[in-house]
Amino acid sequence: MRVGNQANTILEIRGLTKLFGGLLALDSVDLSLQTGEIRALIGPNGSGKTTLLNLVSGVYTPTRGSVFFKDQSVANKRPHLLVKEGMKRTFQNARLFRDLTVLENVMIGLHGQTRGGLAGIVLSLPGIKKEEGMICDQAAEALQFVGLHGQAKALARNLPYGQQRLLEIARALISNPSLLLLDEPAAGMNPSETSDLVSLLDRIRQRGTTIFLVEHDMNLVMEISDVVTVLNFGRKIAEGSPTEIQNNEEVIQAYLGKKARYA
Amino acid sequence: MPLKKGLPAKALFYPMVAIALAALPMIIRSNYWIGTVNLAIIYSIAVLGLNIILGLTGQLNIAQAAFWGIGAYTAALLNTRLGWPFWATFLVAPPTAAAFGVILGFPTLRLSGRYLAMATIGFGIIINLILHNWKEFTGGVDGIPGIGAPVLGPLKFSTNASFYYLALVCLILAALTQVRIKNSRMGRAFRAIKDNELAAELSGVDTFKYRVVAFALCSAYGGLAGQLFAHRTKYVSAETFFIDMSILFICMLMIGGAGSVAGSIVGASLLTFIPEWLRFLQGPWAMAIFGLAIVVIMIFMPTGLAGLVKSIGSKMVMRLWPDAHQEPAELPRKASH
Repeated sequence: MRVGNQANTILEIRGLTKLFGGLLALDSVDLSLQTGEIRALIGPNGSGKTTLLNLVSGVYTPTRGSVFFKDQSVANKRPHLLVKEGMKRTFQNARLFRDLTVLENVMIGLHGQTRGGLAGIVLSLPGIKKEEGMICDQAAEALQFVGLHGQAKALARNLPYGQQRLLEIARALISNPSLLLLDEPAAGMNPSETSDLVSLLDRIRQRGTTIFLVEHDMNLVMEISDVVTVLNFGRKIAEGSPTEIQNNEEVIQAYLGKKARYA
Repeated sequence: MPLKKGLPAKALFYPMVAIALAALPMIIRSNYWIGTVNLAIIYSIAVLGLNIILGLTGQLNIAQAAFWGIGAYTAALLNTRLGWPFWATFLVAPPTAAAFGVILGFPTLRLSGRYLAMATIGFGIIINLILHNWKEFTGGVDGIPGIGAPVLGPLKFSTNASFYYLALVCLILAALTQVRIKNSRMGRAFRAIKDNELAAELSGVDTFKYRVVAFALCSAYGGLAGQLFAHRTKYVSAETFFIDMSILFICMLMIGGAGSVAGSIVGASLLTFIPEWLRFLQGPWAMAIFGLAIVVIMIFMPTGLAGLVKSIGSKMVMRLWPDAHQEPAELPRKASH
């Protein structure tokens, strides 16, 4: 399952620019992700991180510039098609299907990989039952992977917030994506949940999934990332290893502030 | 295979319901009341359609009366002009209505909430105006009389009591179909769109496609209800299919419990019978009390009867009311490979 060691690019962003009316949210950003890496995208509030994720996942259309996922332009592709090609994401505020069970939430994550149609469903054909069993099995596995298997039958709305974030990750993982975009996965988690998240991200990487992560928790970012990209006012101001970023003057000034110290 | 818990109750419950339903015309006897039951069944089918688009997918469609009308006029025209028998109009009316559902669904894909509601109202009014004014085709205000009673081979369903069995079979099939849809990959996609359309799209659901499919299914149910209605009343006219019926269908669904198959049927039946029970009041009082009853029910049971059953939480009732609560899928044993 693991992709070989040769560095190949899974996501290529060139000159990406997004204007909201007169507001320049993202200004000519270039960025390239290698298969298998964990990349963190950091920056102060309003620096354009979530905008960038929305452009990559097809939620927004860029004003200028382009995004290539597996060497194919994502322009004019609706998000569910990108999902089919192996890109999955989570949201800053967990967007779950609140009135569905935990298991059903995860099952929907496999929608793009399954094909049961109306006739088969109405006639309850054997192929449909088999597919449904397969979806169910994989959903249970994904829940086990993030540690939510005990909650399968609960309604998503009844989960504590930290577990809702995990459920979102399970929903993304069920289809075995090659690229996972995570928008502040640690937001709202307590320290012990965050440390579990670090080991979860590590296990996701071991499955061969590339992770592109927007995050405010600097401890998590510095611990897990291979490369850190820093945005400020919509522009890329730095990129490098966690150590390099921690010692970058411009980053410290723009983002971390003078008092920041990281071991 | 060991019996599951709760099976004995179900095993008794369903045959008893079946016997009661089969014996209903013998119990009721009154031709008038059986006719009302038939109407309740027809409304139930239309409300089941509305349950797909509004209850499951969460899109407010105030045009179900128009689809009901399209089904009724399709059957009426094919039967009176071309002499098509019941089974032929049965096969054609639902797809015709579904095609109109697609016509409404496509241009409104990017609308939701009150904007979608307004667009569907407009659609309903346009259809009604066409039925009303295209004299050469629809008979205009005179409508279309002389529709044949349903005949299937040697069986003729011309009396209310015999039509009851035909309509009941249609309702049961419509309800079973919907239970299967609801608990399928497609039903999950519908419910995901209702809960969070953006998250559904980014989980891999083609939300445009499934919104159009939901509209098509909704109107196919409406078309089936219309086809049965045309062959039952043997006469159709445009004012039957006006917006007030669309709103009544929505009230039926909300009172029964949006999202619930059983609730759709109970809600439709209740609101068909309440005006009949209030007939002794004469004149405007009946409608005023009917309206008041709807308001009171919605205030005290915002989730409808299905929600009430759920909140009472009686395990017995839960077991007997097939889908009053969302059956959580069984957690499978760990995959073996």
